[in-house]
Amino acid sequence: MSVQVRIQRDDFDTGREIAELHRDNPKVGAVASFIGLMRDVNDGADVSGMTLEHYPGMTEKSIHDIVAQAQGRWNIIGARVIHRIGRLEPTDQIVLVAVASSHRSDAFAACQFIMDYLKTRAPFWKKETTAHGERWVDARVTDDVAAARWRLKG
Amino acid sequence: MIKLVYFARLREALGCAAEDVALPPDVTDVGALRAWLGQRGGAWAEALASDVTVRAAVNQEMAANDTRVATGDEVAFFPPVTGG
Repeated sequence: MSVQVRIQRDDFDTGREIAELHRDNPKVGAVASFIGLMRDVNDGADVSGMTLEHYPGMTEKSIHDIVAQAQGRWNIIGARVIHRIGRLEPTDQIVLVAVASSHRSDAFAACQFIMDYLKTRAPFWKKETTAHGERWVDARVTDDVAAARWRLKG
Repeated sequence: MIKLVYFARLREALGCAAEDVALPPDVTDVGALRAWLGQRGGAWAEALASDVTVRAAVNQEMAANDTRVATGDEVAFFPPVTGG
């Protein structure tokens, strides 16, 4: 299986990433992708920008581990996860998860699983800039619930 | 010695990104290490207090309070993650 995990400051070209994921592989019948974007409002405040920090080394390792877990549950042919770090502004792309499979159900499920697990297990932290200064973003209970759902589904 | 690293809100509260420390013999797991660091008082006691949610990783794997720590390990403490 071809798995690529990248942590980078630069933006990414979703079309190119997806094309590379399934290029020259006639076994791929489906690609599901998720793109996370930066909103200009969070927790009731206008947000003008944010800075993403991570734990180099552990980040890559944890995402590879999450993809491997997805591979154990569904038939995946390839996956690509790109997460940006550093300074970002509203409308900027933050994260891309793309999964290639023979059939759509595996691609959809694995893509959502990887994203739900990334949200609660990959060591990234967001610090927002608002009119009142900078603040660290608090983790959301709904993200834990989203990740926990997959345990029940087995 | 073990290497300690801190991230995000915790790093700022402690004013420390990384340090090397010698483990006392009775500090053998993550929970004991956290309590021992909290004994430094001030910002350490506050940021690592038991009612504050702090996550830990040992050698870059998510860890629990009873995860063993030993000389040569890299132990990280950080707030719940907020990526994606």
